[in-house]
Amino acid sequence: MRADTSADPAVPATQRLHVDWTRCDGHGSCVELLPELLEADEWGYPIVRPGLTGSAREDVPVPAGLEEHARAAVAACPLMALRLRGAPAAAGPERTAAQV
Amino acid sequence: MTTTVLPARPAAAAAAPTGERRLLATAHLDAAARHAVLGPLPQVDLDALVALLGDAGLTGRGGGGFPTVRKLAAVAEARGRSAVVVNAMEGEPLSTKDATLLALVPDLVLDGLEVLAHALGARHRVVAAAEDLPAASIEAARAAIGRRTPASRRTPLGGRSLRLEVMPGGFVAGQESALVRALSGGPAVPGDPLVRVTERGHRGHPTLVVNAETAAHVALLVRFGAAWFRSVGLREDPGTFLATVSGSRPSLVARPGVAEHARGARLHDVLEGAGTDLTRVRAVLVGGFHGAWVPVDALEVRLTREDLAPFGGAVGAGIVHALDLDDCPVAYAADVAEFLARASARQCGPCVNGLPALARTLRTLADPGAPRAVVADVDRLRRLVDGRGACAHPDGTARFVLSTMRVFADHVDAHLEGRCDAR
Repeated sequence: MRADTSADPAVPATQRLHVDWTRCDGHGSCVELLPELLEADEWGYPIVRPGLTGSAREDVPVPAGLEEHARAAVAACPLMALRLRGAPAAAGPERTAAQV
Repeated sequence: MTTTVLPARPAAAAAAPTGERRLLATAHLDAAARHAVLGPLPQVDLDALVALLGDAGLTGRGGGGFPTVRKLAAVAEARGRSAVVVNAMEGEPLSTKDATLLALVPDLVLDGLEVLAHALGARHRVVAAAEDLPAASIEAARAAIGRRTPASRRTPLGGRSLRLEVMPGGFVAGQESALVRALSGGPAVPGDPLVRVTERGHRGHPTLVVNAETAAHVALLVRFGAAWFRSVGLREDPGTFLATVSGSRPSLVARPGVAEHARGARLHDVLEGAGTDLTRVRAVLVGGFHGAWVPVDALEVRLTREDLAPFGGAVGAGIVHALDLDDCPVAYAADVAEFLARASARQCGPCVNGLPALARTLRTLADPGAPRAVVADVDRLRRLVDGRGACAHPDGTARFVLSTMRVFADHVDAHLEGRCDAR
């Protein structure tokens, strides 16, 4: 179902890119700086490239070779909506279904 | 701080509710009589409460179904004085259980709050109720809080440390982070999930948010013990829960409203218990507007994670809504999708843009004779919003739409051929 994804499967991802959707306004600089991972959806918001992941629910695994680009994307976001995280995507009690 | 390790033995007069009617067993009694029947509230410390909740296997009844003990432990481990919030926001339009609990057994809700807050040494104790709850529910909660607040410290909202907050309601307003933000004077919109309310919630305090029903279960559990709690329900999912049963037409369900059932009850039995005319049911929506449909030939399913998984559903907050044969499921789904689009907190781009677009495609599909291409649009937009928001609102909407397209695939096909058997 949810394929663990990296551009190069031989290089395991150690970082994940987190989008704070409450901040993101679809400015698009991350899509320009990290085209290997991200593209713009039809409204301009970043989305994982098709084929890279089975679900948008989790933070995007960043292949080791792309960490530099990912850091640049994080730094360039004018809304500070991006973060690189070391641990796997968290799914805590706040993120459970039906409690919205 | 008490050092009681186990709940005190109930007083001789006290009696544990037997059977499946637990939370509502004392619904006909006033506060004094209920207290006499249930006995005094034992005070337990954190370790004892963690053991008790763990042994009982109590899960949150607000929809998430997360083990309550894990939330409690997360707040206990966080730095600083904590807050406990009872969530009686009843965000689901098809649910009336929060209103029912506050109206009929407010003391159980407050007892549960008190037990959790005592164990945590919490600074703030809040009952958050939506302002659109029935006045009787709000008044009963206010009166119950008044009774346990010393006169010298009483304010119109209750006491200094225990208070009722009546707040603007809405589908997303009951989401944990939206709720604690609104309580802290901010906007009632969800925050980024990396900031956990168990670490930084109400006014910055580590915050335990529990559904009103979960709190009421704690009130009984602490009195009668984990073995009693487990004596009803399933081993892997013990206890009881409140179902809210309704129908898409008034004539479909004779006795709509809240009923208590054992966890793992069969959907068929829950419907029958409410007097549903099963010959007129097309399908049943389980889990509310973020839930999933169970087709009429599968009503024998138990309301469990396992049995509902093939349908993509979950028990959630206990909502069971029967769709009448005379109602077109696609038109109904379009109504729900439009409601969910309007309910967006309007923060996250994919939700703000995607939910209205998704609702429009369903509305198009609701017309017999809709072009075939619309089906692909529904599918594309559903995938596009799924998982792309700070809260699970787009995910839940996508789940409901997927379930609609699956369970009513034949009906959708009929629409594409210009037919609809409803009405």
